[in-house]
Amino acid sequence: MKRVLFALLVLVIASAFGVQQQKPQPGNLKAAMTRGKTVYEATCLACHQPDGLGVQNMNPPLVKTKWVLGDKKALIKIVLKGLQGGEIEIDGDKFHNPMPPQESTLSDQEIADVLTYIRNSFGNKASLVSMGEVKAVRAKLK
Amino acid sequence: MKKVLILACSVVFAAAAFGSDTTRVKSSSTGIVKKDEAPITLPQGFKSVVIATDLGRARHLTVAANGDVFVKLEKLKEGKGILRLHDKNGDGKADEITGWGNYIGTGIAIKNGYLYASSDENVYRYKIDEKTGKVDTASVEKIVTGLVSQNQHSSKSIALDNSGNIYVNIGAPSNCCQVQDRVKGSPGQDPCPILEKAGGIWQFKADKANQSYAEGVRYATGLRNVVGLDWNTEVNELYCMQHGRDMLFQFFPELFNQKEGAENPAEEMFRLTKGADCGWPYCYYDNDKQQKLMTPEYGGDRKKADRCADKTKSVAQFPGHLAPNGLLFYTGSQFPAKYKNGAFIAFHGSWNRSPEPQAGFFVVFMPFKNGMPNGKWEVFADGFSQIPKGATEGRAKYRPCGLAQGPDGSLYVSDDTNGTIWKVNYSK
Repeated sequence: MKRVLFALLVLVIASAFGVQQQKPQPGNLKAAMTRGKTVYEATCLACHQPDGLGVQNMNPPLVKTKWVLGDKKALIKIVLKGLQGGEIEIDGDKFHNPMPPQESTLSDQEIADVLTYIRNSFGNKASLVSMGEVKAVRAKLK
Repeated sequence: MKKVLILACSVVFAAAAFGSDTTRVKSSSTGIVKKDEAPITLPQGFKSVVIATDLGRARHLTVAANGDVFVKLEKLKEGKGILRLHDKNGDGKADEITGWGNYIGTGIAIKNGYLYASSDENVYRYKIDEKTGKVDTASVEKIVTGLVSQNQHSSKSIALDNSGNIYVNIGAPSNCCQVQDRVKGSPGQDPCPILEKAGGIWQFKADKANQSYAEGVRYATGLRNVVGLDWNTEVNELYCMQHGRDMLFQFFPELFNQKEGAENPAEEMFRLTKGADCGWPYCYYDNDKQQKLMTPEYGGDRKKADRCADKTKSVAQFPGHLAPNGLLFYTGSQFPAKYKNGAFIAFHGSWNRSPEPQAGFFVVFMPFKNGMPNGKWEVFADGFSQIPKGATEGRAKYRPCGLAQGPDGSLYVSDDTNGTIWKVNYSK
């Protein structure tokens, strides 16, 4: 019994430690959000709007949608490669404007920051996107 | 028992026969007004009544001689793409809403005993008895087919003349015909290949089935996207409202500051004759310079006119990005004399003015004389968006889209956010 308890304790501590490691430092998040906001305003706001809700029929909302909150790799790919328009469908509504690719205009850091920003703004709450994650997707798509 | 059975059967048959023209939209509450919505603001002497709500994406609309209102939907409502609003008890509001047509679209019009409606690829027509508002849905004919529909600007607006022709807008699936659409720095294609099959107004016969590009005439070209389109019966000519291009500030901050990007290019009204070339994508109308100039993607610097000098000139210009979605020349006698033969324009409201405050979301009146604007335009109906003035955020509650005139000279306005329909009347 003691052994089991000990093992359990180790597991709990280990998992807590693991979470701790994955969890961003509050300072990191704040800095990434500040940088991400600048990128958003310069590159994304015109279409996705100041409130992230997009434009009916044209530019999709970034709020509480699987496209933003789900698979990070897929999200990074959209930013790097863009979209033709018409691919995104949310609750039966399609969005028809193309999304311009950003692979030659934004750096890995800028993409990580802006994605962290949109995943934690407009009522969204999701994990950070790191520069390494963007770098990996960019390398894979080359 | 036998008697009951026969009775039951005949009731069922009668119901089926009655429902043969249109199918009743299921839920009894659909579209029927329970309480008056916040009223829109109008000039003195005008009053509005909300005749229906919650119809969904209500785009253009038309009114039959008996007062029934027909609405084209951009998203199916309970499987229906066209709705008929009927006022059974005569209280001025729709209390019987039926529908048919399993395709989405924007255009709808009644002419010479037919109701015409468009999907984003085709134009259909149905026989209508305007005295009763009854539509024979089985009489459906596909008049026009196979039109370009590629995501952007895919809606087809329609207008009919008095010589048996129908005019259909085919919007360009592009912002500015760049090599890479909406990519900063990508040059304009020259010549723009899109203009062969889109970016203009095509003319077809109103009574001939299955026409496509080979049977039609490219009546006017160089129009990026048109949603508001109407035939002016006073001078017998076609007029349209063009949606100007987006992203001037974002793509050319060295030429347009944030405010100039919000105000440019103009949304333009054109009076069209056959063969008109309104200039898109090579030219745009600069609201600050009050001139048609070369588009920056084609080498424009806000000074050069070059090949834009001989393009068809617009007869009126409006602030940038307001999105004129409805155009109606008023021919009724109910409104005061100044409105006769003038133009009502429904502005859907902007998005590409951000981060400047959005604008539009109103119905404008422009006085006309002999088919030309006669005086400055004025806001006729406002208060649709309910966004506080000057706010840079906020979502419009209602967005005006379609306009129609009733047999008694009243004006109808549709909203494609919630599907609200207003009827505007005048009394001294």
